[in-house]
Formats: sequence, structure tokens, C-alpha cells
Amino acid sequence: MRKNVYIIGGARTAFLKSKNKPGGFSASDLAVLAGQTLLSRSPVKPSQLDEVILGCVMPSENETNIARVLARRLDCPQSTPAWTVQRNCASGMQALDSAFTDILLGRSKIVLAGGTEAMSRAPLMLKPALATWLADFSSAKSILQKMKLLLKLRPGIFSPIIALLSGLSDPLLKISMGKTAENVANHFGITRTQMDVFALESHQRYVRAQQEGQINFVNIIDWQGQLYNTDTGVRPDSSLENLASLKPIFEKNFGSVTAGNSSQVTDGAAILLLADEEAIVRNHWQEHILAKIHGFSWVGCDPAEMGLGPAHAVPPLLEAHGLQFSDIDYWEINEAFAAQVLGCVAAWQDDNFCKKELGLERAFGTMPMDRLNVNGGAIALGHPVGASGARIALELAHILKNKNARFGVATLCIGGGQGGAMLIENTKGAL
Amino acid sequence: MTVQHWHFNIDSDNIARLIFDRAGKSANTFNDEALNELNSLLDEVAKSKAVGLIISSAKKSGFIAGADLEHAFQVTDQKEALHFLQRGQQVFSKLDDLAIPTVAMISGFCLGGGMELALACDYRIASVTSNTKLGLPEILLGIHPGWGGTIRLTKILPFFTAMNLMLTGRLLSAEEAERRHLIDAAVPLSQLEASAQFFIKTKPRQQSLSFFWKSVFQIKFVFASLLRKQLLKRGVKKELYPAPYALVDAVCQAEFNREKAMEREAQSVATLLLTPTSKNLMRVFFLRELLKESGKQSPFEIKHVHVIGAGTMGGAIAAWCAFRGFKVTLQDTQWTMLAKAKENAGKLFEGKKLKGGALQKTRDHFIIDPEGQGCAEADVVIEAVFERLDVKHAVLKEAEKKLKPGAVLATNTSSIPLEELRRVLKHPENLVGIHFFNPVSKMPLVEIIKAIDSSPDVLQKAFSFVHQIDRLPLPVKSSPGFLVNRILMPYLLESMILLEEGYDKTSIDQAALDFGMPVGPIELADRVGLDVCLHVAKNFETEFKIKIPKTLAELVDKKQLGSKIGKGAEFGFYQYQQGKKIHQKLVESLQAPMIQERLIYKMLNTAVECLDEHLVEDANSLDAGMIFGAGFAPCTGGPIQYINTLGPTHCLERLNMIKHHYDPSFVVSAGWAKKALFATDLMK
Repeated sequence: MRKNVYIIGGARTAFLKSKNKPGGFSASDLAVLAGQTLLSRSPVKPSQLDEVILGCVMPSENETNIARVLARRLDCPQSTPAWTVQRNCASGMQALDSAFTDILLGRSKIVLAGGTEAMSRAPLMLKPALATWLADFSSAKSILQKMKLLLKLRPGIFSPIIALLSGLSDPLLKISMGKTAENVANHFGITRTQMDVFALESHQRYVRAQQEGQINFVNIIDWQGQLYNTDTGVRPDSSLENLASLKPIFEKNFGSVTAGNSSQVTDGAAILLLADEEAIVRNHWQEHILAKIHGFSWVGCDPAEMGLGPAHAVPPLLEAHGLQFSDIDYWEINEAFAAQVLGCVAAWQDDNFCKKELGLERAFGTMPMDRLNVNGGAIALGHPVGASGARIALELAHILKNKNARFGVATLCIGGGQGGAMLIENTKGAL
Repeated sequence: MTVQHWHFNIDSDNIARLIFDRAGKSANTFNDEALNELNSLLDEVAKSKAVGLIISSAKKSGFIAGADLEHAFQVTDQKEALHFLQRGQQVFSKLDDLAIPTVAMISGFCLGGGMELALACDYRIASVTSNTKLGLPEILLGIHPGWGGTIRLTKILPFFTAMNLMLTGRLLSAEEAERRHLIDAAVPLSQLEASAQFFIKTKPRQQSLSFFWKSVFQIKFVFASLLRKQLLKRGVKKELYPAPYALVDAVCQAEFNREKAMEREAQSVATLLLTPTSKNLMRVFFLRELLKESGKQSPFEIKHVHVIGAGTMGGAIAAWCAFRGFKVTLQDTQWTMLAKAKENAGKLFEGKKLKGGALQKTRDHFIIDPEGQGCAEADVVIEAVFERLDVKHAVLKEAEKKLKPGAVLATNTSSIPLEELRRVLKHPENLVGIHFFNPVSKMPLVEIIKAIDSSPDVLQKAFSFVHQIDRLPLPVKSSPGFLVNRILMPYLLESMILLEEGYDKTSIDQAALDFGMPVGPIELADRVGLDVCLHVAKNFETEFKIKIPKTLAELVDKKQLGSKIGKGAEFGFYQYQQGKKIHQKLVESLQAPMIQERLIYKMLNTAVECLDEHLVEDANSLDAGMIFGAGFAPCTGGPIQYINTLGPTHCLERLNMIKHHYDPSFVVSAGWAKKALFATDLMK
């Protein structure tokens, strides 16, 4: 008999926009703060967890297997296994899938899973040439040899490699993610204005949801006593004029992707609790059910148009569960770039694309824009790459509950050319 | 010869083993017998064919805690003292003179005489375990090392390092001790044995100063005046605390000849041992042990402490509990308070030099909990919200509902009677007062407030909790101000009355400092906060018929509340910048003795009043409370011990004089007539 897997809780930290210097929290700090609050609100005790799975793209050098770091810092027993997953921008969603799979396989019943990222703490690295020089210098025996080596030094060798920028580039095509978004915009003729309007709406939808009390996150405090009680990237005062005044950053002269219509570089964590039906019944946790997870889909696509990942990933997901486009009540498409979200929407309406690229008979469906990212998205909030997949899943579960709706799809594009999507259902407390 | 306190054998590698196992005690200490046995055993070792000697302990608690203090405390005759000291010196010299390599294998504490024994060995190694502490804390007992320690330590350590260790009595962890070359190696416990054998077999060079430094430090007399100046600057008064000065004298005049140096050291300590200061400081030590003991009895298992209220006290209590290894959740409705509390907790952890994994764990166990989710999980819940009855009632009622079975519900109130607080509870008998002092990390005392019908089980758990967070629990009957604040308040108010009479605030504070108080009363009032002082004084006004000085109310009206915020410019009686008092030049007063007497006698009279009301069990408890809760001059042994030193009759005369001359409305306690109240004997 197939098992049923449910989300029975979740929490995320405030999302903190990078100030171009290391922020107050490491990736595991963020995950711990979200995890502590989640567990304190939940009837689940750390000792009841069968495993901990965490997505993170760039943990710091002292956070090897960051999931195990999290498990131990949350006071899980030593015997609780933990592992880290990395699927670039979808790492947080991959963690949920891995938890889901382990529960289906009967390996685990209760799993803590999510994602975290401290992008502001991405390291500066030495160039290989400098590393080689340092090795030569330390092994040089005579003073003369050392002097010779010193004379060989050139200033350029000291410029660091910025890991963050490398991480946000395609490893093989060597082009930045922003350029892949420009490609998508060109493919579907998406204009700068369309992108800016979408970006503005992201901020506005967030602000509206916040006024309605729909935005839930954990305030965090660093050890200097600095309190973070807002998602610092959100700009309630953003306007079309402001957005229009920004210069394109990836294609300097001819492009249309700007810092304003892209997601932000941000630190944050989102952690969820997944459990199987039997564990929920046995422990009487029914009232804590947020949503049922039906399944995931992962698909590869052209790395130069990686932003279309969701367009590729969603159709097989719905087909597998016998659902139509119109059956989905609410959508979360991660806003890596406005261009890319609008690209996916356009792709699904495009007969030609759907036939040729997706193998469908006709256009997949027309997105009702008032059902997409209703609480705002990564353009407003930021996109801590390892965390976003878990963040949108949690957001979607809350939205379905609040709107008393049924099916929702959360999906995101993945640097390197992939798409990931998951289908959840608000079962309204029923198992 | 029958040996009671040592195990002796020579193992298959021909290494002699001396294992200290003081009979009938949980910790190893030296008395005459143990010393004599060691003496004969060392003779046996010398006669044997052993290639080395390893000295260790059979006790789990540690290596050697030093000389038997009960013995030292009871010595009243200089000759007897000298004999005990010289006996120790002889035995340790015999150890030092053994031809074979000797190793002190240390795990756990190694203090005082224990450290001196280790110094007489060729090599010292210690295990890197959290309970390993090494040092020479004799100075805290009003004496200094007397078994050759002053001579051997200055031989192996640079002069100032050695003096610093002995003058502060600071204890070092194994790693620190290795870094400062007090020991040869700090190793994991599992490697201790192998490392001891390594030193015996390879005989590496022993720790000692280079010839250059040895020569430099021969001009010790030059450094002596420097050290004396430093002591004065730290406010160490020779009349009250002679030991540090005697130590400087002894070391700096030490001779090249070991015999003569030993003689001088022994003479110095023998003299110090008989001073009232030393007797009183030992008394303080025993009082501390007594309070500690009261917390040890109940096996209450605590993992999680929940604190409600993130103000100064609540935040500090939470931080301290986390530092002591407990999981702590801190609840408050105000995020700004929580942020401030977290910042202060961070400072505490840093100040305590927590590092690496220990720091991470402590930080992760300090959890901000605005929703109060931790209340239902905690083993101890402490309420430390604003001192208003309705606020506290609401908090306590809510907490009682959530409390898990067997957990303790406590209040940190300093002014509201327990009986009023618990009125709203379903189980009033289960509410206990756990009253901390500010700053929590520095004041060791915690008053355990009980009502007549308080549940004995809950009280016992409260004791155990306070013991587990390394504070000293003192049971006090519920009554306004409890013990410490009750006694301090008349003293603070008296200082303000003196101020109104025209004496300068610096001369008033100085009079108290000269007595040995850690802070002057006027500065203390500023630190407590003048609004808090006024609030407490008003509580006392009707209860104890005291007068409130006008100055206090005036300053509070002017919003000059003292220095409790610790930021920016603040005003109280003094001016403060960033919490630091702006220095004021001392105005010398010819009336200093009168000022001091009036200040101190206010405390003494209230202390007797409290004894008479049986607020605490006995005079020893009262003295302990005032020393550990208010820093009452430790060299006096506490207020009641001080009364005994002066003689109660004499005190009463002085009090009547004060009443006659300065304060006709002053009520002399009826307790003065009850001789039995004043018993301060500690030894059975």
C-alpha cells in the first residue's frame, strides 16, 4: 500500500538582504533559529526525528555536512542521521523530495527537512596561481630562492575569486544566470516594462499579504543584539519609475534584466516537518497537518535557458497525478528573474513550444496571474538559493490553507538547466 | 608501619607508584598523618630500586585539594603552626631531592598544598578535563603558599607570572597551565598514564627559567615596590588583608640558600595563619561549603530552564543558566528586550572565555522564545517580570497552567511577599522565591524564599537547582526585603542622611570602603537605581518604621535614577558615562570613624533584628548571606562574627551612643539581649 506524506509544520527566518559583506548569521545559524522555533511550536521532539535533511549550496568551510551540524545543534540525539543535498537553486526542494522518498520507502516516518543559505558569507577564494606560489614559497629552502619567488609576485595574483559570482554562473557555458534570463526574454519577446511591472507586483503582493497577516517568519537576533524583524529586501515604496531607472546589469547596453527585476542576494532558512500518515495518527498530530505532498518532478533543459525549468517540469508532474492545468488552485514559481517567470507563463500558452519542447498536443494552459505568487516572491524577498525551494513549498501550503483551496504547485528553475516541481494538496485536516 | 592514606607499589617496569587516598574523606587533603606517611614512603622509594616515581590520586574528585583546612583553622599557637609548615616543607624537599625522575599525574583539582607537592616533582602532567584546575589559592584564605611553593614557583616561572598566580589565587585549566609552563604537558585523560611513563623513561629537560631571566629576577626587591603599588591601586588594604604584602616581602627577600628561604616562608605563613583576617577568610570558605552542601542533597534532574521576563535580571539569569550548561528559553513580549538580553548573554559567554564547541553549544542553548513555548517543557520556570502584582499574577497563573508535572515554578521578586504572589495559584504551596542578586554572574548568593507551608519537595528542588547553576542557596523566610536587602537598605539610607548632614559623598563611600565593603553605599544606591531604592524604602517605611531621606525622593523626581542603564550620560548621586563613574576627588573627613560606625552599625542592628525574627536559621547563615549577597567585608567574617569580635556588649553601647547623638527615633533591636543568637561556631 502506498504511504501518504504530510507537511506538519514549517518555519522560516526573516530573509536578510546581503549588504555586500558577511552577514550576522552562518547558514547553520539560520537553520538552527528556524528549526528551534519550528520544534518549539510543534509537538514533535528532536528525539522523534528519524533523520534530518538539509539543502544548501555553499555551506561555510566549517559546516561540512551542514544537515548533521543542524541536527546536533537542535539537540537531536547522536543517533539521528543527517545528510545534506545540493541541487543548486532547488536544494531546499530536493531536501523535501529526499524526505518524501525516504518516508515512502518506509525508511523514515518523521523527517526534518528544508534549506538554508548565507549568501552574504560566500567565501573569497585564492586564485590557483597564488595557492601554487604560496606552496612554492613555503617549500623554498634558501633565502635566495625565497627572494626570487618574491620578485615573481604580481599584484593581479592577489585578486580573489568571488565564490558567489562563480556559483551564479553556468559551470560549462561560463555565462551568468542573468544572461540566461536575457535569453528567455528574447525567446518570448518579454519587454523590460513587463518585467518591471511584474517585479513591482512582487513587492506589492508581499505588502498586501503582510497587511492581511499572511506573512509568517521568525524574527532573529544576532549576538551583537541586532534584531531582524522584517524581510529586509522588501521595498514597500518601490515604483515603476524607480525600477525603470535601473541599468541592465548582465547585458550592459542592450539587455533588460536589472537588479530590480531579479531576485536578491539574501540570507535565510526555511525548515519543514514531514511525517507519514501512520505517525500522525499514532501521535494525534492531525491538527498540525498543513498539506499533503503528492509528488515531485525533475527535468533537465537547455542550460542557456535554464529559467524555463518550471515550464518543463510541471507538465509531467500533473500528468503523473492525472490533473489538468486548471485543477491547480495556486502556483508558486520561484522568481529568480521576472523574465524567466513570465517566460514560463508564456511558454505554457505557446502551442508551438508546448508541442515541440514539452511533447504536448496543444498549449498547456493560461496562467491566472492572480493565482501566481500571491504573497510576493523572491524579487521582493530574496532568493537564498539553498532555502528557496523549501520556502515556496511552505508558503504555498499556507496559501492553500488560508484560501481554503485544494491543489497547489511549487516550482523553480535550477542553474545549470533543470526544473523542479512539487504538487501539494490542502486536505483540510483529513488524512 | 601501617599506611592509611596512601597506596604504594612498584610496578613491573620498576616504577614506584604513590597513590593518595585520604581515608574517610572524598577529597585528598594533607593532615599530619598523611604527611608523615608520605615521608616514610618516600624513604622506602629512595631505598628501593625504582627507576622513577609517579604520584597520583585515587579520588574521583581530583588530585589534591591542599592542606586540611579544618586543621589549619583550629591552629591557635604559632609554634604549632610553624611545626606543621616545616613538616610539610621537609617532606616536599625530600621528594624534590629524590635522585630518580618524579612525575605528578594530575586529573581534577590540584590546589594549594597539592600544587606545591606537584611543584616539588620533576615533571607535572595534567588531563584535559573540565574539572582539572590548578593553582595556589592560599591568598584567598588570608595566607600564602607555605610548603616551598613560593620558592619553587618563582624558580620555574617568570617572576611576574608566578606572583600573579599567587597574588590572585587564580586557577588555571590544564591547557592554560601548559601554556604558562606551570605544567609540562596537558594531555587527554586516556593518554595520562602513557605520558607519565614517557617522562620517567625519557627524562626531558625540566621546566626552569633560563640563566638570563634567573639573573634578571635576582633584583627582585626592585619589583617588590612595583607589586606593592599595584596592590594599593587594586584597593587591597594592608590592615585588612596582610597576606598579599607578606607574600611580596617573603618572595622578594628570599635568600639564595634554600634553607633560609624556607625558614622565611614558614615564619611568614605561621604569622598569617593566626591573624583574624585569615581565620575569617577560612570561615568564609567553610560558609561557602555549608551553603553548597545544602544544594547537593536532592537528585533533581534539570535540563531546561524557562525564564519569563527579559529585563536586566531575567536576561542575566537566563544567560547564567545557559552558561552553566542548561537549555534556556527566554520569554518576553518585547523584542527589543530580548535583543538586549541576547547581546548581554553573548558578552557573558565571551567574558567567560568560552570557545569552540562549548561556546557554540552554550549559544544554541540560549533560545529566544517570545511565544513562551518553553514553559511547558522546562524543569524550572522562573518569573522575572516587572515588579507589579497584577503583571506577576497574570504571568504566574499562565505559567502554572502550562507547567509540566514535577517542574518548579519560581519567582525572582525582590519586594512582593510570596504570600501575595501565590494567591492566584491553584497550588500556592508550590511557588518558591528564587531571589538572585545583581549582577547575577558575580554575586554567588541566591535567597530561597519560603512560606510556612511551602512544599518541602519544591524547596528541595529549588536548592538543587541553585546548586546546579553554581550559586549558593540560602533559605530565607518570606518577609519584606528578605534578608540581604533588608539589611542593606538602612545602611544605604543612613549614607543619604549623612549626605544631608553635610558630609561629602566621597568621604562617606570611602568610610565604607575602608571597612572592607566592595562599593560605597552611595555608589551602590546609584547602581541599584534610585527609583528601585525609593520603591523598596517605601515598602519598608510602614513595616520597619524607617525614615526616607528627602534627597532620594528629590533625585527620583528629577529623573536622576543612577547608573543602571550603563549607556550614555547618567546621573544619580554621582555622574556616569557609559556606566562608569566619573572620578571625583576624595574629600578627606576628620569624622571618618564616626561615619563608618554609623553606616556599619545600621547594618549590624538590622542583622540582629533579622536573627531575632528567625529570617534565617542561624548566625552563620546570616553571615554567609551578607558576604555572598552583598559583599560584606569578608575579612570580618560577616556581621555577626564582627559583632562577636567587638563583643556584643560593646556594640550595644556604641549603638546607644549613636541613638543618643544622631537619631533618637532609632530602634535598637531587642535581639541584642539574646546571647544564643550570636553563636558562630563552625567546627563541631
